[in-house]
Amino acid sequence: MDKLDRQILDILQENYPLEINPYALIAGELGITEAEVLKRIGQLKDDGIIRRIGAIIDARSMGFYSTLCATTVSEDRIEEVAKIINQRPEVTHNYIREHELNIWFTLTASSHETVLDIIRDLEKAAKIEVFAMPAQKTYKIRVALEMGDSK
Amino acid sequence: MKLDKIDLEILKFIQGDIPLSSKPFYKLADSLNTTEEDIINRIKKSQAKGIIRRFGAVLRHQKAGYNTNAMVAWLVGENNPDEIGEIMAQHPNISHCYLREVPPQFAYNLFTMIHAKSKLELEEIISDLSLTSKISNFTILRSVKELKKTSMKYL
Repeated sequence: MDKLDRQILDILQENYPLEINPYALIAGELGITEAEVLKRIGQLKDDGIIRRIGAIIDARSMGFYSTLCATTVSEDRIEEVAKIINQRPEVTHNYIREHELNIWFTLTASSHETVLDIIRDLEKAAKIEVFAMPAQKTYKIRVALEMGDSK
Repeated sequence: MKLDKIDLEILKFIQGDIPLSSKPFYKLADSLNTTEEDIINRIKKSQAKGIIRRFGAVLRHQKAGYNTNAMVAWLVGENNPDEIGEIMAQHPNISHCYLREVPPQFAYNLFTMIHAKSKLELEEIISDLSLTSKISNFTILRSVKELKKTSMKYL
């Protein structure tokens, strides 16, 4: 990844030009060709640095309910339990973390009830106790991280 | 907030990965029997309404050089969670910051996601935050392994 790649990543994260021809506009800004911009973005996608390009939708304004959940799983059962948890499409993130509560995942579903049902299902299927920690207040959701160089 | 059929079709399309091409909205416009301008205006409207939080690239932080990530949870009293939350939110290395309802098994209620480029940087950020927020009671939940990370499909 060179300086130009990092500049492209910053623009794609924070200032994606919502126009008919976004990549030509980015090319103009950086003084390179559109083909070069497309080639570099393609490479950044192939390398797994860009997960996707699209909209980040606000779960709550779509009427969805989400919560962070944590549970304690013994070392030898992690793989088995992770499989059960990950099977649910409503689970979007799942991490092993250094803590007594060692599995942390997020659940997003169309209603509070549905989320509670899923938690009950998971507890039963995986023989775990799940602690839900829903957000009371959001101070920041900004998934973009500055790559530097462009500012 | 009223979304019509076309708005929903657009959201369905852009909640995933849009095609990497010179005119990424061309095919969508064609299939919905409308113009690219209409698609773009509708996306902008959804953005103004807060349905779309951001439009652009979603990165894999770890592969983008931010390879040391931790969830740090802070114990914040009832008095001034907002003040502390705002301090945390201002930090450029924090991507998410929430005040959460927590069970008795977990004492820390203000959650921050911190992304750093090294272990040392992470430690510096945490001690810096602790100093400016005057919160000394916190726990670092380092991510040991990512088991799943996807984007929610709402439609």
